[in-house]
Amino acid sequence: MTMIDERRQLSYIAAQAADARVNVELETEGMTLNIGPQHPATHGTLRIIARLDGEQVVWAEPSAGYMHRGYEKLTEVRTFPQVTALVNRIDWLGSFANEVPFILAAEQLMGIEAPPRAQHIRTILFELSRIANVSLFLGDLGVQLGAITPVFMAFRDREYVLNLIEAATGGRFHPNFDRIGGLKDDLPKGWLEDTKASMHKLRTFCDEIEDLLFGNEIFQSRTRGVGIIPKEVALQYGLSGANLRASGVDWDLRRDRSLPMAWDKVDWKVWTHPDGDCFARCWIRLQEVREATKIVDQLCDTVPSGAVMAKVPRIIKVPEGEAWVSTENPLGEMGYYVVSKGDTGPFRVKIRSASFNNISITPWLLKGVLVPDIITILASLYFILGDIDR
Amino acid sequence: MSAVFAADIPYWGQSLLRALGGAVAVLLPAGTIVYVFLFKLMSFMQSRLGPMEAGPYGSMQLFAEVGKWLQKEDLYPDRADRFLFKSAPLVVLLSTFMLVVAVPFGPDAIFTNFDNGVLYVLAVSSISVLGILMAGWASANKYSLLGGLRAAGQLIAYELPMVLAVVGVVIQAGTMNMQTIVVKQNAGSIFGWDGIGNPYILTQFVGFLVFMIAVQAELTQAPFDMPIAESELVAGYMTEYSGFRFLIFFIAEFATAGVFSLLASTMFLGGWGLPWSWFNWGSLDEVHNVMNVVGPLIMVTKMMLVAFIIMWARFSYPRFREDQLQKFAWKFLIPVALGNIAVTSILKVAF
Repeated sequence: MTMIDERRQLSYIAAQAADARVNVELETEGMTLNIGPQHPATHGTLRIIARLDGEQVVWAEPSAGYMHRGYEKLTEVRTFPQVTALVNRIDWLGSFANEVPFILAAEQLMGIEAPPRAQHIRTILFELSRIANVSLFLGDLGVQLGAITPVFMAFRDREYVLNLIEAATGGRFHPNFDRIGGLKDDLPKGWLEDTKASMHKLRTFCDEIEDLLFGNEIFQSRTRGVGIIPKEVALQYGLSGANLRASGVDWDLRRDRSLPMAWDKVDWKVWTHPDGDCFARCWIRLQEVREATKIVDQLCDTVPSGAVMAKVPRIIKVPEGEAWVSTENPLGEMGYYVVSKGDTGPFRVKIRSASFNNISITPWLLKGVLVPDIITILASLYFILGDIDR
Repeated sequence: MSAVFAADIPYWGQSLLRALGGAVAVLLPAGTIVYVFLFKLMSFMQSRLGPMEAGPYGSMQLFAEVGKWLQKEDLYPDRADRFLFKSAPLVVLLSTFMLVVAVPFGPDAIFTNFDNGVLYVLAVSSISVLGILMAGWASANKYSLLGGLRAAGQLIAYELPMVLAVVGVVIQAGTMNMQTIVVKQNAGSIFGWDGIGNPYILTQFVGFLVFMIAVQAELTQAPFDMPIAESELVAGYMTEYSGFRFLIFFIAEFATAGVFSLLASTMFLGGWGLPWSWFNWGSLDEVHNVMNVVGPLIMVTKMMLVAFIIMWARFSYPRFREDQLQKFAWKFLIPVALGNIAVTSILKVAF
């Protein structure tokens, strides 16, 4: 806790110094720096308004909404099967994972469940999209901190996963593969063997990244002790996913919530880290990629035979009711609150995306840090603009 | 070389010829070779092919890019200080040009043989700070300003370890003349064995390390690239530049990397001499004339080797934070360099 107190003290001093200077005769003016909407480090169009005192941030606030696409409203004029094509685009790096909770909510309302084979394949694809998402984070992390080589390795090895997703679903980025009651198609022949081979490559990639980045002294000095989120604060701000686990909260919806998926059938571990700093968040994500490859490996061995689609009517009408389903997506907790009035389309859908809550902590977290640390902290919080603005 | 230029060419004419010769004979090939070599190298490190279209295996890439940049509009921001904004890249490039003047490429292949060439080189190398500060201030851009100020702080901080690292060489050679430093290294011997001469990297390895780290910072290459810091400050002091002014910054970056590599090879790696090829020439006058042709080739080879190390570090490391950088310079590099000077002078007296 001592480090947190130091940090609070530092931000207090910075605020006091900035206030004091306003009335001094030889006044040094604070500078307002607009980081974004067009800035190479904000993965899109996030705007951070930061008041600086020298290079120290006195006050900072994220300003979202530059990429708002109105998906919650759009779902109201779509039928249930059409919605997956929309929600695919929320977190565009791990698209398949966005479809799953919505489909599960619709299935819950209709009272049907996908056959075991479909559940297994869903889980495999879910974890593959997690790998596609987070492995890009691991490479991007290097770019944010000034190392340009890891991102090329990330793009190279992420390609294996995207190829697998393409082979199974037909879409590299937006699979649109999940259906109410199961999946659109069965897996192609030989896909499971290919997947196992690729998972081995991904594990090698994780080792390489660990050597190149995580073991680097400069990387450690840039991330350790920077942007510490204590446990209580993380819970108060509603963080989820790796950001929460890095603050020492043992919380993973894949394990904690019983959903018709296959996570409870395999052996894997939820990693937590006591530090809560940038290094912890990055390290947790690295471990998550490793765990995901383990999950996929085990699931590939145990895919049951059978149909991939349950009996569903041709025209899907969801009975009246409300359902809330959330899953542990690559970025954190992603959930859909679906209200149906017995029609072909949803009456109202509330989308809870992880990044929106994850960046809500930035005003608290950025106070008192230096400009380079803004980038480190934003990189380690790991948001995707589509996930913030929806 | 003065024999070639007979007395009928006036002194300013000689100087002009030399300056032009320097630009054409050294900077252009150095820039091109370093650029293509390093871009290919970087690509292979990052598992991609790199430039492939312009010329065989992309060897003409620099010319293609020069052609592209020259076609672009020469933009300047509305509120920019136009004179400073436009002249800043030239100041940066000027520093590079002035550095080449003192580098010996052979017994006679040297533009100007200063008696205190080392001092001159170190002094001139810091002119680029002025250009960077000018660019940062004149751009009327907050990112540029932050980048320019970071650059100023960084370059001034790393000037010192660089000077102190070279002092060890100067003590050992007993001269500040670059040509004499080369001759002393090649004509020297290690405990009586004169096979490879006595390149100062063997005795001054601490100085060499400090020098290379300081060069890395002086060139604003990763891990010391905060002034540019593309993920934080967009492009730092270069943010507002486009067209051929950006090109000048860009060329200056690579050419300066080449020139600093030349300096490192002159002072630490034996300059234009090659191991096992110093045929007991006692002084500069006895050296065979063929070294005027072979020397530049040797220098370019050594330059590429050193530039490879610079770029290798650049492509592998993330960048420091500004305060960590200053701590590293003042609390680590400078004490180490001072210790190196002390040890060198004691040993110099002892032997």
